[in-house]
Amino acid sequence: MTRTVAVHLTVNGAAATISVEPRTTLTDALRNELRLTGTHLGCEHGVCGACTVIVDGAAVRSCLMLAVQAEGRDVRTVESLGDAAHLGPLQLAFRKHHALQCGFCTPGILTTAHALLSEEPDADEDRIRDVISGNLCRCTGYIPIVAAIMEARSAYLGVQAEAAQ
Amino acid sequence: MKLPPLDYIRPVTLAEAIAILAAHGGDAKAIAGGQSLMPLLAFRLAAPELLVDIGRLPGLRHIDISVEGVDLGALVTWRDIERDARLTYAHPLLAAAIAHVAHYQIRNRGTVGGSLAHADPAAEMPGIAITCDALITVVGPNGTRMVPANEFCLGGLSTVLEFDELVTNVRLPPWKQNRRWAFEEFARRRGDFALAGVAAFYDIDQNGTMRDPHVGVIGVGDRPMRLSVVENLLEGKSLDAGLILQAAALARDAVDPTDDIHAEAAYRRDMVGVLLERVLARAGNIVLMEAA
Ligand SMILES: Cc1cc2nc3c(=O)[nH]c(=O)nc-3n(C[C@H](O)[C@H](O)[C@H](O)COP(=O)(O)OP(=O)(O)OC[C@H]3O[C@@H](n4cnc5c(N)ncnc54)[C@H](O)[C@@H]3O)c2cc1C
Ligand code: FES
Ligand code: FES
Repeated sequence: MTRTVAVHLTVNGAAATISVEPRTTLTDALRNELRLTGTHLGCEHGVCGACTVIVDGAAVRSCLMLAVQAEGRDVRTVESLGDAAHLGPLQLAFRKHHALQCGFCTPGILTTAHALLSEEPDADEDRIRDVISGNLCRCTGYIPIVAAIMEARSAYLGVQAEAAQ
Repeated sequence: MKLPPLDYIRPVTLAEAIAILAAHGGDAKAIAGGQSLMPLLAFRLAAPELLVDIGRLPGLRHIDISVEGVDLGALVTWRDIERDARLTYAHPLLAAAIAHVAHYQIRNRGTVGGSLAHADPAAEMPGIAITCDALITVVGPNGTRMVPANEFCLGGLSTVLEFDELVTNVRLPPWKQNRRWAFEEFARRRGDFALAGVAAFYDIDQNGTMRDPHVGVIGVGDRPMRLSVVENLLEGKSLDAGLILQAAALARDAVDPTDDIHAEAAYRRDMVGVLLERVLARAGNIVLMEAA
């Protein structure tokens, strides 16, 4: 029953091979096998959004995906959005607007917002609120989160303009 | 809440997937988007020995629009439907209802086939399938059968599907031009399952009377259902505020919800009336006076 399976995937731009039991969720594989502990595990059944990662460009709940289902996929976690020395535009905006307190929900909201703005850099406030409605934050009351995501849009609009050239 | 021990296989053809399901006699379960099955596994409400991943099977992710209607492959996701601008004209009711399904991240993985097979009584897709008289294509070891949507759900989370059968597609009959329609639901949080929802449409004949009205409800019974008493009331009449109130009263009596942790039965019953009023008012472009 406890056979392990080799899974080949790309994580934050680098090829990775992990060996997991088939029942292992993508969250647990990222955290325990690859030590990418930025991805948080809250409810573990799809309700809170803390575990959100980006698979082939789309935000997904990694607790509702098996690691074996990520075979051949491109996975991006919050670690890919920047590090302490080089914060990405969303992270800078979150710091400026105090869009986090305990920080538990933050990785899931950052990855969700990154997926959204990469595809829809002109998302308006309603769209942003709609999209982050699937991410529970018990601290901030969301107002600074929405403000931060709104502010980060300009950086993504720039990226799209560059890509179009 | 770790998943129970299980094995995993990802067949490359539909025939192979069905053969594997058949060979395991009920101990294997298909997984598509996993957005309903994974929570069940996490709670250990399901503990299959083997998950058969059908998520990458070819030929099941089409949205075909033709004179025969709208055909959705089982692996079409909520996001696929949201992104397909043609559906705003080809099936506005479907597009509007599916806009209410779940949250952004879940919409990227949840599928039409998974939703039909899971048969949550509050789910939008089975509700729309029933409201529109959709035909569901089911494939098993003995071939293909077409199941009318109103015969598909048997009760809470239960359908006519055998353990070795898979849904491959669902066909919604063609959407007539100038059809009047609306969809309304109420959920506590954006994207959560509805406490109740109502879908309705009808055509208008040259005398301005309603023809072939369809009214479906979700979230207020063990499965989605049609409100035939309301449909019969509306047929052949022209819609006005009085008729809407009469229809809403009939709808409240026609449903039989139960109490659960999300809402009391009486609340849900009332909600059906309110939602039906809103739906018909929107469909018919009629202003209802709010009760003081
Ligand atoms: C927090 C949360 C909120 C949600 N809110 C909503 C909502 O508001 N409305 C709504 O409708 N849904 C909602 N969902 C459920 C979501 O839409 C699911 O994606 C959907 O119900 C099932 O699709 P799936 O592809 O994920 O199925 P899976 O989870 O993969 O499978 C579900 C079941 O269907 C079977 N199955 C899957 N595909 C097939 C097939 N082709 N043939 C036969 N059997 C099959 C599986 O064996 C399993 O029993 C929500 C889910 C979560 C976690
Ligand atoms: S941990 Fe995945 S949604 Fe809560
Ligand atoms: S910052 Fe604490 S949960 Fe969001």
